[in-house]
Amino acid sequence: MEAVISIGIGVLFGSGIWLVLRPRTFQVITGLLLMSYAVNLFIFLMGRLWEDLPPIVGDGPVDPALHADPLPQALVLTAIVIGFATTALYLVVMIGARGLTDTDHVDGEEPGA
Amino acid sequence: MMDWVHHLILLPVLLPLACGAALIPLHMSRHRFKFAVSMGVLLAQVGVALALMVLADTEYWPQGIGVYLAANWAAPFGIALVADRLSALMLLLASVIGIAALLFSLGRWSRVGVHFHSLFQFLLMGINGACLTHDLFNLFVFFEVMLGASYGLVLHGYNVARIRAGMQYIAINLVASLLFLIGLAMIYGTAGTLNMADLAGRVAHLGSDESQLLRVGIAVLAIAFLTKSAMWPLGFWLPTTYSAASPPVAAMFVLMTKVGVYVILRIWLLVFSAESGAAARFGYEALLWGGLLTVGFGSIGMMASEVPGRLAGYAAIVSSGILLSVIGYGQASLVAAGLFYLLGSTMAIAAFMLLIELIERIRTPGSSLLAVTMEAFGIEDAPGEPVGVGIPGSLAFLGLGFAGCAMAIAGIPPLTGFVGKFAMFHALLQPGPAEAGISPVAWIFGGLVIASGMAAIISFMRFGVRTLWAQGAVLPPRLLVSEAAPITILLVLCIAITIAGGPVFAYLGRTSDTLHQPAEYVERVLGATTIPGPQVPAQAGAGQ
Repeated sequence: MEAVISIGIGVLFGSGIWLVLRPRTFQVITGLLLMSYAVNLFIFLMGRLWEDLPPIVGDGPVDPALHADPLPQALVLTAIVIGFATTALYLVVMIGARGLTDTDHVDGEEPGA
Repeated sequence: MMDWVHHLILLPVLLPLACGAALIPLHMSRHRFKFAVSMGVLLAQVGVALALMVLADTEYWPQGIGVYLAANWAAPFGIALVADRLSALMLLLASVIGIAALLFSLGRWSRVGVHFHSLFQFLLMGINGACLTHDLFNLFVFFEVMLGASYGLVLHGYNVARIRAGMQYIAINLVASLLFLIGLAMIYGTAGTLNMADLAGRVAHLGSDESQLLRVGIAVLAIAFLTKSAMWPLGFWLPTTYSAASPPVAAMFVLMTKVGVYVILRIWLLVFSAESGAAARFGYEALLWGGLLTVGFGSIGMMASEVPGRLAGYAAIVSSGILLSVIGYGQASLVAAGLFYLLGSTMAIAAFMLLIELIERIRTPGSSLLAVTMEAFGIEDAPGEPVGVGIPGSLAFLGLGFAGCAMAIAGIPPLTGFVGKFAMFHALLQPGPAEAGISPVAWIFGGLVIASGMAAIISFMRFGVRTLWAQGAVLPPRLLVSEAAPITILLVLCIAITIAGGPVFAYLGRTSDTLHQPAEYVERVLGATTIPGPQVPAQAGAGQ
């Protein structure tokens, strides 16, 4: 289980890095999205992998071994929201750049132009 | 027992948040009203920062560390805000630079795009929050607030140069934020806490595997801060972005590099102090040599810059580099000198950022730079040439202002740069009693600081001679009082902290002493007590 998730995150992040280094803005934003998925999964994983355990502590004496760690779940929610917002903002800038420079190259001009 | 004074710690975050939100629905045409509100809130922030400074420096709080438990949750479970001498100092610096930038924007810059004042306040909120918070995830949130506002501001006055620079700036910062999150997750996964003081207390007791992983986590985290503070080789984005941004925004960005340095200073002195067991002194070498390389890179960059905006950007890089090396050198007396240098260099570079636009007017009397902006933004009623009362002797003011900035940045007496650098040499040449002699690193450090000053002198002189002493038709440009005043304020403050060097250094010395005693932070933050809630009737309580 750990190995599958780790490899999954690695593949996502690796693909993200490759795409971020590409010259077109669409590739860059896709890369950023993939990387942020990988990072969100990574944060989630840092609460360790549990099966079938509730994250919320009820009344009475608490045995931490019987509960999933709720904090990474809270962290990952915040990270998803913030990541989504900033990526959306980047998308707007990307469209603006496309309109003003007539190219979708990240430098704002075609190479050799 | 918690009285109202404690709530002052929260105000630097709440004030700009409320002000920024309140200004959003107001239409742009009421920009004078918006300006008045923003300025009022900024003046209040100066007041709060000064009050916090006094509270931290007197015996009001034990050890000069004030702890505010957000929503009354005990640390490390809730978010703790901590105001100590260093936070108060950063808050004051942020609000002073904010006032200068805001005043400068009154002439025309606040009108070349929408929501300038709101974004400006949100930027300040992020900076203030980052300086106050003592929780790493909360730090991430405040960094994102700061960056989100800065993305908007870098595009303010939308033109092709800004959008090109903005795209790269945003992409780099998004990736850096992702690294920030990876670092956070690793720290939580190994140490089980995100509270800085709690982390500092736990780091010495971790097993070797976990300690190793934790160090990897913090190193990844540090890449995010070092990207902000533009350490070589993470700072290539900086000169392009700074020279493309509008002047008031660029002045605020100078401050943002220093926030990166501040976070490094805080985390490293707290978590990797000499008392933290296996992880003690981790990463100091990397900061030292990285900082020195940054100084070298920045100096070469300054010499190669043709455009004043890039020159100022490289000056900011040099200043970051010197500060990072100061942290990495790991000597308490050097930190105090470094903080003095931080104050002086930030104000001087911010003043220069503002001055650049006024100097450019000599060369291009028309507002050709703005024409594209206006067209793209669809503003018909172009503010164009600023209207209002100009000040006489504008050329003399520009010349004097330029000389002042150049002297302060390069470190020529009698301005702040000189005092800061002199204090650093003094600290370098007087190592503590434990050391046998002056280490070769100290000589390299000192040599590089002098060389960077030399590079600054050469490049500023070249720029000054070419521009201000140029032959031909030099038209005295129209300057507004609101444009000349912020530069004057910043330079006068530079002179003031030089004249009041004794008290300022005493304060910075106490700041550095507190920073070098991480155990006190651990004790204060984790020992902060919550307020007992209202008494719950016994029969209604849960069956605990």
